Amino acid sequence: MAAAEAPTVSQPSQEKSWHEMALQALKHNDIRLVPYVPDRILTTLIRNIHADPFFTAFPTAREEEAVGIVAGAWMAGMRGAVLMQTSGFATLANVLASLAMPYQIPLIMFVTERGTLGEFNYGQALVCRTMRPVLDSLAMEHHTCTRLDEFEFILDRSIKQAITTQAPVALILSPLLTGGKVFDK
Amino acid sequence: MNTATNLPARNTKVMNRFDITSRLVAKLKHEEAVISGIGNTNFDLWAAGHRPQNFYMLGSMGLGFPIALGVALAQPQRRVFGLEGDGSLLMQMGCLSTIATLAPKNLTMIVMDNGIYQITGAQPTPAAAVADIVAIAAASGLSSSAWAADEEDFERLVDQSLRASGPTLIGVRIDDKPGVGATRRDPVQIRERFMLGLGVREAL
Repeated sequence: MAAAEAPTVSQPSQEKSWHEMALQALKHNDIRLVPYVPDRILTTLIRNIHADPFFTAFPTAREEEAVGIVAGAWMAGMRGAVLMQTSGFATLANVLASLAMPYQIPLIMFVTERGTLGEFNYGQALVCRTMRPVLDSLAMEHHTCTRLDEFEFILDRSIKQAITTQAPVALILSPLLTGGKVFDK
Repeated sequence: MNTATNLPARNTKVMNRFDITSRLVAKLKHEEAVISGIGNTNFDLWAAGHRPQNFYMLGSMGLGFPIALGVALAQPQRRVFGLEGDGSLLMQMGCLSTIATLAPKNLTMIVMDNGIYQITGAQPTPAAAVADIVAIAAASGLSSSAWAADEEDFERLVDQSLRASGPTLIGVRIDDKPGVGATRRDPVQIRERFMLGLGVREAL
């Protein structure tokens, strides 16, 4: 665990970065369990979540494993969220359709979006195109987060809606939100 | 069934899933949670007598242990048992290392190993003739992993796991019999009753 690592210092501009907003939204909604399969874009968020004793964070070997863990934890009274990238989401159709949806589990997923707006790997671009059709085919709530000024609102409302309606939500983090050195290195 | 002759599993008795599951359930006196994997594993848990702390997984093959891990992390004071088949575990082998790393001391995993996909027509798994699930678990970091030699040994290993300082995995060689019962396939009721059983919810 990266408990010894210091959290990232706030931007000098005082403007909160997307990953600071994400961490705060998890905390405000008492989401303590954060299993993940990493993505480069998630590096800082993952590091800061590890550094904060509020969270229990750890990597899993597969994304569906993480979904199973947060499903079990929620049924036992502990809220969780799963972090992954687009190609990881593409492995989840079976578990969404056979566990999260039919058992009505408020599965909260953060998906960093690869495959668009400058993708260099054609396979990632193709995988990305499967993501929204899968979400739509299951009538799952999902939002593509592109703007910093909307992000806190989308996060907080979506997390609360998932929990109160006991329905999964996918928060897709677009390169428009996460890309570039302004928000992340 | 395993056909290799040099695996430790060969020295163990071939037992029966329903009998083993019934023996486990008979031991439960403290509202222990039991999470059962897909198919025959949860059919036999159902047949052993429904308890409010039982969870029956109806899809998502391989996620029995991950779900059990989530329950164990959320309620560290409660003993949690995970029941899986060998074919299911083969689908999600990585979870053994995750569990070994997190090392919840309230988690006992039981693998029912018949070397076949019984429910789909008893085809052998790819591991049946060559792999040793308990050795894989140990090599994945679960040092308290053992084959049950017979029914008495199984019960002894279960008792031992209650006092262990980390997670335990127990391998049980079983026969090719199908499950005895059939779980009522009502996911919302299963989930809601499980949450009631774990004290997370109050009844409507």
